[in-house]
Amino acid sequence: MADANRPANNGVNVEALIAAREALTNAPEAAQFKWRAACEWKNGTHSHSTVEGFYGLGQEQQRKRTFTFDADHPEVFASEDKGATPVEYVLVGLASCLTAGIAAVAQHRNIQLRSVTATIEGDMDLQGILGIDSEVRNGFGGIKVTYKIDADAKREDIEALVAQSQKRSAVYDIVTNPTNVTVVVN
Amino acid sequence: MSRCLANRGIDHVVLERGEVAHTWRTERWDSLRLLTPNWQSRLPGFGYTGNDPDGYRTLPEVIDFIASYAKAIGAPVRTHTTVTSVRSTETGYLVRTDQGTWRCRTVVLASGACNIARVPAFASLMPRSIASITAKDYRNPAQLAEGGVLVVGASSSGTQIASEIHRSGRPVTLSVGEHIRAPRLYRGKDLEWWMDAAGVLDERYDAVDDIARARRVPSLQLAGTADRSTLDLNALTDMGVKLVGRLAGITEDGRAQFAGSLRNMCALSDLKMGRLLDLLDNWARENGLDEAVEPPYRLPPTRVEEAPPLGLNLVTGRIKTIVWATGYRPDYSWLEVPVLDRKGMIRHDGGVVCEPGMYLIGSQFLRRRKSALIDGAGDDARDLSAHLASYLDSCMTRITA
Repeated sequence: MADANRPANNGVNVEALIAAREALTNAPEAAQFKWRAACEWKNGTHSHSTVEGFYGLGQEQQRKRTFTFDADHPEVFASEDKGATPVEYVLVGLASCLTAGIAAVAQHRNIQLRSVTATIEGDMDLQGILGIDSEVRNGFGGIKVTYKIDADAKREDIEALVAQSQKRSAVYDIVTNPTNVTVVVN
Repeated sequence: MSRCLANRGIDHVVLERGEVAHTWRTERWDSLRLLTPNWQSRLPGFGYTGNDPDGYRTLPEVIDFIASYAKAIGAPVRTHTTVTSVRSTETGYLVRTDQGTWRCRTVVLASGACNIARVPAFASLMPRSIASITAKDYRNPAQLAEGGVLVVGASSSGTQIASEIHRSGRPVTLSVGEHIRAPRLYRGKDLEWWMDAAGVLDERYDAVDDIARARRVPSLQLAGTADRSTLDLNALTDMGVKLVGRLAGITEDGRAQFAGSLRNMCALSDLKMGRLLDLLDNWARENGLDEAVEPPYRLPPTRVEEAPPLGLNLVTGRIKTIVWATGYRPDYSWLEVPVLDRKGMIRHDGGVVCEPGMYLIGSQFLRRRKSALIDGAGDDARDLSAHLASYLDSCMTRITA
């Protein structure tokens, strides 16, 4: 069990996060971030996206390298399967966000994690996106995330990590709450 | 506070815009009962003397209690006196009212934290065919049209209002955000007894990790039920109330949108309750009380259906009324002294406001976890009146020096 003499180390710099939180409490303008990606169509349903910079702490910021993503549809959609589907990117986004949160909360609560794995599944009725049935939504009918967590803690404490992670997760909020989306053509 | 000031021989006046116990008379629903048991709803030297110490005072009983206390201590109350502004002067404060002006060295803000019902911005997008009422204006189910009711907010007010309205034959859908579940009785004793005995209610504001967050925590989901039963979400579900997630928005065509986070909201609440009961169990064991009370147990988890509805058509559906039980905020529009932070809340240290000679009393976790309870007024008033008295002494020292 992690304690004051042998603190948990999940690799999360909680002190830095807490310092950031204090600094931003007094400087809300610096807390205004903009996350970005660029997307270029290749062929068919295949597109190539990049993530390089974002805005935050009052200025433009660069990443260590440009991150790239190929997206496509699978062969059963008569496509070429050159990348994961966009909806799978959303599932990856949600799982990654929750997992990062679990690590951060565990660090903050001095709980040593040994392994954390998640499987995530989104139900989708294609009659929505195929326009077959107007009562069926385009997106997921429901999403289920299943965590397997091996940690130095009681079951309730592990459940509390997962619950707290959802409470403070950006992607969980994006998926469970409405968000304004504006699409313009230049 | 008046009693403490009188005990210290400090000349003062209490300004009240209505009658004593004004908001209890005018801003609460008819069937309301305090959520603290009678023995605990006490003021210093003025406890409960009736024959139902474990019961919960009704609204008329609360009004009578407060009015009797004011009379018993001979509090110098000026009723029907509305404060229109408070300003700083060289020697203290200038308080303008509709009955004249007062000059004073010190001022105590006791106007409460619940002056204005909080309602989300998108409430203005509600279809006009739906009636809208806040918990502050709600009195009884007869005010509402027949038909379905959407109650927004599942803390103490929301759950009680939802239960009463549903039992009146108007089917209730309850929108649930963050809430604090708690059993009314635990191991045979009132939860408030536990919180008092174990020192939870006496927890100090300067001993808490994040006091700003602790002050924003919604009210415990406790009700002064006549049979001392627990009015939690499971009890409401058993009654037939339908649970949906937090009201996240209203679309242009009049559709209410509910968050898909209901399951986690309930999980968070169950886990939090578990931690409180663990704390109480540990306290009981460490103090040798395990034999004197029933054995520990845990409530079953909050039941959430497989796929709670994410939307409701307010135009074509069966909802005829929305009741907003989404909290309150204080009204400081008359306070013309720069003591507010960017969220409109008073800047203070345990009730000592950031302007000399100004004090705040009667708000959530002001100095102790019990600060917003009747039982919390006494200790807070004692502390703050001491500070006020020494401030006045220092003023006198400066003047006579």
